[in-house]
Amino acid sequence: MNVDVLVAGAGPAGLAAAIELRKLGVADVVVVDREHQAGGIPRHCAHSGYGIRDLHRLMTGPAYAQHYRGAASAAGVTLRTGTTLTGWPATGCELATDAGAAPARQAGTITATLTSPAGVENVHAGAVLLATGCRERPRAARLVPGSRPAGVMTTGELQQRVYLHGQRLAGRAVIVGAEHVSFSAMLTLLHAGAEVTALVTDQPWHQSFAAFRLAARLRWRVPVWTGTAVAGIAGRDGVSAVLLRDDRDGSVRSVPCELVVFTGDWIPDHELARLAGAALDPGTRGPAVDTTLSTSVPGMFAAGNLIHAAETADVAALSGRHAAAHVAAYLAGQAAPAGQVALAGQAAPAGQAGGRCVPVPVMVAGPLRWISPNAISPVSPQPPGGRFVLRSAAFAGRARLQVRQDGRLLTSAHARLVPGRSIRLDGRWARHVDPAGGAVQVAVL
Amino acid sequence: MTAPGSPPEPVADVLIVGAGVVGTAIARTLARYDLDCVIADAGNDVGTGTTKANTAILHTGFDAVPGSLESRLVRRGAELLRDYAQQAGIPLERTGALLVAWSADQHAEFAGIEDKARHNGYLAIRYVPAAELYAREPHLAPGALGALEIPDESIICPWTTPLAYATEAVRAGVRLRLRTRVLGVTAADGWHEVSTNSGSMRCRWLVNAAGLESDRIDAMLGGGGFTIAPRRGELIVFDKLARPLVGAILLPVPTPQTKGVLVAPTVYGNVLLGPTAQDVFDRGDTATTGTGLSSLLAAGRKIMPDLVREEVTATYAGLRAATEHRDYQIRVDSSRRYACVGGIRSTGLTASLGIAEYVADQLAEAGLELRERDGRRPKPPVLPYIGQAGRRPYQDGARIAADPAYGDIVCHCERVSRGEIRDALASPLPPADLDGLRRRTRATNGRCQGFFCAARVASLMGAPGGARADRDARVLA
Repeated sequence: MNVDVLVAGAGPAGLAAAIELRKLGVADVVVVDREHQAGGIPRHCAHSGYGIRDLHRLMTGPAYAQHYRGAASAAGVTLRTGTTLTGWPATGCELATDAGAAPARQAGTITATLTSPAGVENVHAGAVLLATGCRERPRAARLVPGSRPAGVMTTGELQQRVYLHGQRLAGRAVIVGAEHVSFSAMLTLLHAGAEVTALVTDQPWHQSFAAFRLAARLRWRVPVWTGTAVAGIAGRDGVSAVLLRDDRDGSVRSVPCELVVFTGDWIPDHELARLAGAALDPGTRGPAVDTTLSTSVPGMFAAGNLIHAAETADVAALSGRHAAAHVAAYLAGQAAPAGQVALAGQAAPAGQAGGRCVPVPVMVAGPLRWISPNAISPVSPQPPGGRFVLRSAAFAGRARLQVRQDGRLLTSAHARLVPGRSIRLDGRWARHVDPAGGAVQVAVL
Repeated sequence: MTAPGSPPEPVADVLIVGAGVVGTAIARTLARYDLDCVIADAGNDVGTGTTKANTAILHTGFDAVPGSLESRLVRRGAELLRDYAQQAGIPLERTGALLVAWSADQHAEFAGIEDKARHNGYLAIRYVPAAELYAREPHLAPGALGALEIPDESIICPWTTPLAYATEAVRAGVRLRLRTRVLGVTAADGWHEVSTNSGSMRCRWLVNAAGLESDRIDAMLGGGGFTIAPRRGELIVFDKLARPLVGAILLPVPTPQTKGVLVAPTVYGNVLLGPTAQDVFDRGDTATTGTGLSSLLAAGRKIMPDLVREEVTATYAGLRAATEHRDYQIRVDSSRRYACVGGIRSTGLTASLGIAEYVADQLAEAGLELRERDGRRPKPPVLPYIGQAGRRPYQDGARIAADPAYGDIVCHCERVSRGEIRDALASPLPPADLDGLRRRTRATNGRCQGFFCAARVASLMGAPGGARADRDARVLA
């Protein structure tokens, strides 16, 4: 099968991109998703708060997912659910080493292998957009010791159990994390019939809105235990207790419970990007992308929480829309040399002979953990929605961010730093980046 | 099964206590003879003790104690299992092993290790200089001085192996009794009266393959020749994306205290780092520890820093049934019609079929009549293939065309289809719980640990006809 654009992942980023691609006149846009229903994570987020930035209204997760499904169908996007993109056959095997191997390029296309109940097939796409999203690190990846009883899960599993499969959950629950998603997990647990003992975080403060924290305490009487790390899990068949270490005095206490929910600590689902040989950004752990959301693999783009795990769904959707414009431009100007992205109708900047231009990397220094996108494309330096997103590893009430290139100050801005919370940085400075200069540095003063 | 007060059941010819890899191997070997054979285990599945959590290596026995029973049975067992694995669909990869020296002292021990290998009848061991070592294992940390190559060391699936043995045994008429813990054994007139948590059983011969409990069963039969001192090993499983970093099993030079921490590929396409070695008192203590896991990461950083930078998929701990002796504790007592198969340490998986063959011979010598059943020599079952090296159902277009359930992927990280989960639930030995399903299909074993699929897997398991049906009744039917 031949298609113009193959989109991997029918969450907010993938669907928003596909709709935009159709609007831009791209004929054959196919979105594949391994789940049986399109819509991504919002399908099982029953709370409100969706759609603000992209649709300019407020809706619940399931309603938001439904909106995008309908809009995609109306726009003429081909949706193929229950279909898994398993690899890139030209790499010789599905597990390529991270360097060198690149997907097949048959006359300017990328070949992907799909598995579905209809069979196994290869698809040749003019361009590929990876929108595979992210997941929470599970207990094992956080190296939490102890026994391995049932009753330990992530928010993703919890929400699917409760909202997609109608399961009831009884017993006492301890939630690991105190960021937005942790409070969402609390509501899901209460809805499912569980009792929430506490939210615990190893940080000195919670990382969500004060209103959420206050509502948890006053309305549901759920405390947030700060400075508290999970030191172990006990129980034979099911969880019997969670061991909590007080970071202030090192004491460990056992808190009886039947459920432990690990929240936040997001990691991009980067398997397909890595199998394709795309370079990873060491900070985001997603594929490295420039401001056109192009990866290091020619014709392969990435958007959504794969490149910034995790932002809200509307930010992911805007990132998908942004990528769509550049994917369309890539298709229009496919004669351009590999690795380069030139917007259709836009002249290459002076000094960039033949449209050749190399993105300028953007690096962050501690306590910042990452910035996305992580390179400036000289032909189109504007990031999605005009903003870069960043993460910090530490709190700071009023930090001053400075952006410099080769010592030259490009911008400075104030920001409140909260670990796990989105930090947005206006991206107008990117226009002033020297395409021939060194890496851009973002630092906290 | 006999409830207290009801008429006693007939006397079985042989009762095997323990349905781990050793007990099921013995059951499978005895199943070809005209015997009424029962295998009992306290767990809710086969292979839930030491069998399920180890380094999953099919050893050559190059480093065994020369002249020991272990050395002999490891060699024989490996030969038999290699062949059996091919017939039964047990994932097996001959990756070879490289025993790496990081210091001059370690390097100086190579001559002794090569000598020992030859005494154990293993001649293919050879020296690999540093340049060749780094050409083969480019991600190895700098500083290795050279290695010994043991080309026949292999990796194997520790879950499919006992399942294949047990399936073959049950098909041939062996009765499998799970959730049956032996509480006491008394001698009666020509048989053993065995009391369990679910009624009493009678058997003429008793085979003790109880692993971590083998000394306790042995004491019930008047033994007392050994004591199990469980040694816990913690392991870290790294993401499949780390698999290209490692070619062969990377072994350290052993010390008198421990075989040390190794890096090994798994047949599921992951990379293992471990084990630790810690003596514990509790025979059920398979909890990982903060110190254990951090010591593994520290050891891993020295062997292969790139590996430790990859995501961790799982951590687990297993117990070795170590004793105060350096060799297996296998004895057959004809007067008591009792076979003790204890002290089977970390080599039990490799040696299992060798042990079974040896025990059957010993039983025959001690007076158990082994008469082959007429023309019904059992054949190995063909189990669903859950390895990574061969072709899985999701990759098989013809299979999906014949049955679209194999194209419906449920567990995305491990790419397990609904067809495979359905098959496991309907198999002769269906799983009792999610852990049982994991061991049969790999479902939920991957990097997301259930973020995407656990809810659907739970729904599939709870579906009518699923694992919640009375499985004992079905197994015994």
